[in-house]
Amino acid sequence: MKLQRVSALVKVNVKVIIREPAALFMVILFPIVLTLFLGIGFGAVGGGQQSTFQVGIVDEDTSTAYGGWLKGFTGNLTSMQIIKLQTYLANETAQADLIQGKVQAIILIPEGFGRSCELFHRFPMNQSSWVNTTVQLYLDSGSMIVAQALPPIVQQALVASVYGTPSTDTFRPIQVGTPSMVQVARFTMFDYMAPGISAFAAIFLIMNVAQSFTEGRERGLLRRINTTPTTPAEFMTSHAISNMLLALTQVALTFTTAYLVGYRPLGDFSSFAMAFAITSIFALCCVGFGLITATISKSSGAATGIAFLFILPQMMLGTYVSAGLSGSMKDAGRFVPSYYVTDALTSLLLRGAPVTSPTILTDLTIVSSTSLIVLLLGVLLFKKYGKS
Amino acid sequence: MKNGIVIENLTKKYGDVTAVDGLSLQVEEGQLFGLLGPNGSGKTTILKVLCGLLEPTAGSAYVGGYDVQKSNGKVKELIGVCPQETAVYASLTGRENVELFGSLHGMPQQELKKSTDDLLERLGLQNDAKRRVGTYSEGMKRRISLAMAIVHSPEIAFLDEPSVGMDPQTRRVVWEFIRQLKRQGKTVILTTHYMEEAEELCDTVGIIDHGKLIALGAPGQLKEKFAAKDLEDVFIQLTGRRIREGA
Repeated sequence: MKLQRVSALVKVNVKVIIREPAALFMVILFPIVLTLFLGIGFGAVGGGQQSTFQVGIVDEDTSTAYGGWLKGFTGNLTSMQIIKLQTYLANETAQADLIQGKVQAIILIPEGFGRSCELFHRFPMNQSSWVNTTVQLYLDSGSMIVAQALPPIVQQALVASVYGTPSTDTFRPIQVGTPSMVQVARFTMFDYMAPGISAFAAIFLIMNVAQSFTEGRERGLLRRINTTPTTPAEFMTSHAISNMLLALTQVALTFTTAYLVGYRPLGDFSSFAMAFAITSIFALCCVGFGLITATISKSSGAATGIAFLFILPQMMLGTYVSAGLSGSMKDAGRFVPSYYVTDALTSLLLRGAPVTSPTILTDLTIVSSTSLIVLLLGVLLFKKYGKS
Repeated sequence: MKNGIVIENLTKKYGDVTAVDGLSLQVEEGQLFGLLGPNGSGKTTILKVLCGLLEPTAGSAYVGGYDVQKSNGKVKELIGVCPQETAVYASLTGRENVELFGSLHGMPQQELKKSTDDLLERLGLQNDAKRRVGTYSEGMKRRISLAMAIVHSPEIAFLDEPSVGMDPQTRRVVWEFIRQLKRQGKTVILTTHYMEEAEELCDTVGIIDHGKLIALGAPGQLKEKFAAKDLEDVFIQLTGRRIREGA
């Protein structure tokens, strides 16, 4: 592989994007505009405006001996200043209010909650003495922010009440039936969206790649390059590199714009390095889907439409857009690579998960392997069926 | 033949359609050879096989002594190709287009700049070199396309209808450019359906019709042999129709 040829083609690919208004908008300006729009619309411009959640609480724990634990839990919830608690005597009444939108969530304290806390407190090292209970959460599934924000907030308050500080213990007697390990900051709706915007923007590289290859084919540029000593490997490598560079640029622009409109992510340098790495690897997947699109498409016009066959599922199921979807649709998101990019970025920058945490490493492995497979498939299909 | 071309019993079929039918010919090193024929006669298919873009159905082709099928990489190092379509990057400048193809042929930076400057001047494009090709006229795009094919000074040049769609003045500039290639000792294969272009430039002309070589020789020899006033007349005598009426 000759570096001069790869470098020349990378420069050309980037110049073509920068100089063609439609491509420039989709790849560079669109993420900025989107971030600005979401940041201003849902974020904390000026630094600090945040959502307040109206949450109902139903206490079904009839034992009065351990009531202090519930008081501690509700105290922790209200001390966050973003939760206003409303006490209900019966679950049915609370559910009726949830359906009518009077509260955005219900926390159901189960029978034995106080006892469970007490026993754990007395015998923290003796699991056989514990009594397991589950605090139920009912969320307004029509609200994206509630679905995303409340479970970690409740989990944080519960952990602080029962364990004092976040514990690394695997076994706990009291669980909230939702994901854990979060560090709750002052959240706005935009805080939940911002990490996923990079993945959202990168998805549109599919259309860009598909158009680039179909136009190159239509204009005879691919054939012409094929009459030079440039090998297919050099040509494909140049496209992979240029799209990775574009993805990195998108991440940088997204975070910079988000920062300017008040987004303050968690995480350190390594978190950002991992966010850049995982998004640029995802760009390879987009190149693969773009090549598959170019293989199927007879013209660049058709490529624009067909690209959405790959863009829409990734966008709807794998980015922040999916937060408002039903449970089964959310599960379907696990079949699209963008889900794991969004998940990793959210864990890194919203929850402050370390880069070596199992969640991040799992996401990285899935994104890397999927991207490699899709890229290879795209190259093979385009080579066999897409060149003419 | 070090930098010549040999084609032996070449056949290329697209399904039931035979584009090239058992064609054999030789082009000597340093020769300017014209493939003359109506649209659809198989000229471009022959060039595509010689460039390694198409696999022949039967027969073989050698470029610069290399078998096109077996040593495609070597062949690509020797050749420069100006395709029939204006295959240029519209959003790059004229200079950037030319320099890209020099880089793809592995030219050192200084040599590439010198060659690009020289070509742009010879083709009358030096004042437009920094403009994007998308803003060029069709004739200017054709000239840039020619520069892209020749920037690395290939030993063998394939020029597929290089002056099509050009005004007479620009065509003269391109003809002079092609003559210079010949003076530099390059082997040039030129396809055209312009009789006057073939007569003006080519040492030897092969007339192709329905994928077959129906006449071969120097333009003067062919005219003399068929007692024709020009190559158009030769074609009419051979096929019973005018060359621009098509196949």
